[in-house]
Amino acid sequence: MDEKNVLEIRDLHTSFFTEKGVVRAVNGVDLNVPEGKIIGLVGESGCGKSMTARSVMGLVRYPGKVESGSIRLDGKELTGLKDQDLREVCGNDVSMIFQEPMTSLNPVLRVGHQVEESLLVHHKVNSRKEAKQEVIEMFNHVGIPEAEQRYSCYPHELSGGLRQRVMIAMAMICEPRLLIADEPTTALDVTVEAQILRLMKELCEEHGMSVLLITHNLGVVAEICDEVYVMYAGRIVEHASVFSLFDHTSHPYTKGLLSSIPRIGKNPEYLHTIPGIVPNLLHLPEGCPFSTRCDLALERCRKELPELNAVGENHECRCFEAIKEG
Amino acid sequence: MKSAVKRVISMIPVLLGVMLLIFIMLRIVPGDPVTVLLGEHYSQETIDRLTAAMKLDRPLLEQFISYVLGVLKGDLGISYVSKRPVTMMILQALPYTVKLALMAAAFAWVIGLFAGIIAAVKENKIPDRIFMAFSLAGVSVPVFMSALLLQYIFAFRLKLFPITSDGSILSMLLPAIALGWNSAGSIARLTRSSLIEVMQADYIDTARAKGLKRRSVIFGHALKNSLLPVITMMAIQLSSMLSGAVITESVFGIPGIGRLATTSISNRDMPLLQGTILFTTVVIILGNLIADLLYSVLDPRIRSQM
Ligand SMILES: Nc1ncnc2c1ncn2[C@@H]1O[C@H](COP(=O)(O)OP(=O)(O)OP(=O)(O)O)[C@@H](O)[C@H]1O
Ligand SMILES: [Mg+2]
Repeated sequence: MDEKNVLEIRDLHTSFFTEKGVVRAVNGVDLNVPEGKIIGLVGESGCGKSMTARSVMGLVRYPGKVESGSIRLDGKELTGLKDQDLREVCGNDVSMIFQEPMTSLNPVLRVGHQVEESLLVHHKVNSRKEAKQEVIEMFNHVGIPEAEQRYSCYPHELSGGLRQRVMIAMAMICEPRLLIADEPTTALDVTVEAQILRLMKELCEEHGMSVLLITHNLGVVAEICDEVYVMYAGRIVEHASVFSLFDHTSHPYTKGLLSSIPRIGKNPEYLHTIPGIVPNLLHLPEGCPFSTRCDLALERCRKELPELNAVGENHECRCFEAIKEG
Repeated sequence: MKSAVKRVISMIPVLLGVMLLIFIMLRIVPGDPVTVLLGEHYSQETIDRLTAAMKLDRPLLEQFISYVLGVLKGDLGISYVSKRPVTMMILQALPYTVKLALMAAAFAWVIGLFAGIIAAVKENKIPDRIFMAFSLAGVSVPVFMSALLLQYIFAFRLKLFPITSDGSILSMLLPAIALGWNSAGSIARLTRSSLIEVMQADYIDTARAKGLKRRSVIFGHALKNSLLPVITMMAIQLSSMLSGAVITESVFGIPGIGRLATTSISNRDMPLLQGTILFTTVVIILGNLIADLLYSVLDPRIRSQM
């Protein structure tokens, strides 16, 4: 891959040091976000998607900690950065949208103020008046009707879709290089979801911004992503361009995910589910973490962790079987 | 604002109920007011005459109605002991109580908020432990003890303050601290727990993700949310202080509402007791009302429902 990467994550380990033991939420993740691309990160609940994103933003809460690895934004190393230096990057070069539009905005502050704060703290404007002007412009831009009135609304006065648009406005206002969207549409209904996704794609194309889109919805991935990373129990198990992922699905886990999407015309009684449960991150099995649920698991899979190996052009997979085939 | 008016109107039946309760209670307690008033060696004739003059021979309902009508006109009756209007006596005692309450509240709020915020910011670190140990002492030491202790150390031993209060600011300092001590402790604890809880909220992550300084996150985003319950507590505390601090006023000899209440009880001075209880009730009800209104002014979610 010769294109320039906005975000490069190498061998990231983020763990929670709890009383019961060390929870390895992110267990050696490698991930690239190339310039101007929308990259999907998918996986079941609890596999460490949000923690990967939070590690970038320095938002991992106690007792969690980024243990080791490298996170580079435009070549600049973010791990080990002093709080103050990281703050200059966050909200400015990289910003984040959270899953819950209902609770992600401060209930006692006007939404306009909350958006304008980013501008003020990163010294993008000279006066509050100028800031307000820009916020209203941005509200118009992200499709918030009656932007001027909405500026002085409180979050509870807006619908979920509007609040998520406010969140997008907040994330976009400093024109970041990278936008991390953590399940931005999970809490919204389907029509609003489509609108928000379209908006994100437009903004991305317009501003040359890159997006890391976290979701558990492969339909969303197919719709707007360029590349996908599939995550399982803290590790990347498959990485491919969207076409390659859907056409030459390699990892048994990804196959399971794909066949569990309900399709029109198929008998829902045969809706596939992946057998077994996600392994406990406190006691990860030896070998491949998916081996406990995998139909194809061999003796070797239970003893040895496969590497992430190329199985095709721009397609990597962490599975002994897949490598043989590929 | 409509519901604010509704709230005020809804106070009327509460007040009437309280008046009725006080009225009945004071008629149930043993001891005939007339004999209390006269002492022992009086003829039956004198007693009858006085009973009639005080309308104590009338049906209870009539007595109650005339009492309520009097209250509406600001007439709380005449004290049996001092023979002065109860309203006058309360108005005279009020400035002392108000001064004491305001000073105590100011002390409690400043110390309580400061300690609570620092403790929350330094959660589980040394400053937190120190402040929380103090506030535990604050909420668990009874007022009479802190009052006597302060008086003994700072007034009697060190002679920094007068032992009894004459109403001057200086002489009110010790009583204010004694009275505010408890409240400071509970404010500190509530502020701490509320701020720690709010710091876990999603919107705090949003604020941090914007690149705001920790200080701006705490003061600009967390504090206003975490103070909502604290402010309610403050308003209720202030109203309870304003309604008279019986123990503190006795220890430091302050002639406030609390003192009126204690003397009226020991003298069986029914009109005075009735008057002070009614006053206390009104202040407490008002305090709760103001707490609710304040809450709704500060919380836009509730404001929009009003
Ligand atoms: N405070 C904590 N203490 C211990 N473990 C934690 C804590 N917070 C998160 N984890 C662990 O980190 C793992 C990864 O969590 P994360 O939020 O990244 O999952 P996710 O992939 O985003 O899931 P979802 O789709 O539900 O959002 C979880 O399995 C959870 O057990
Ligand atoms: Mg998540």
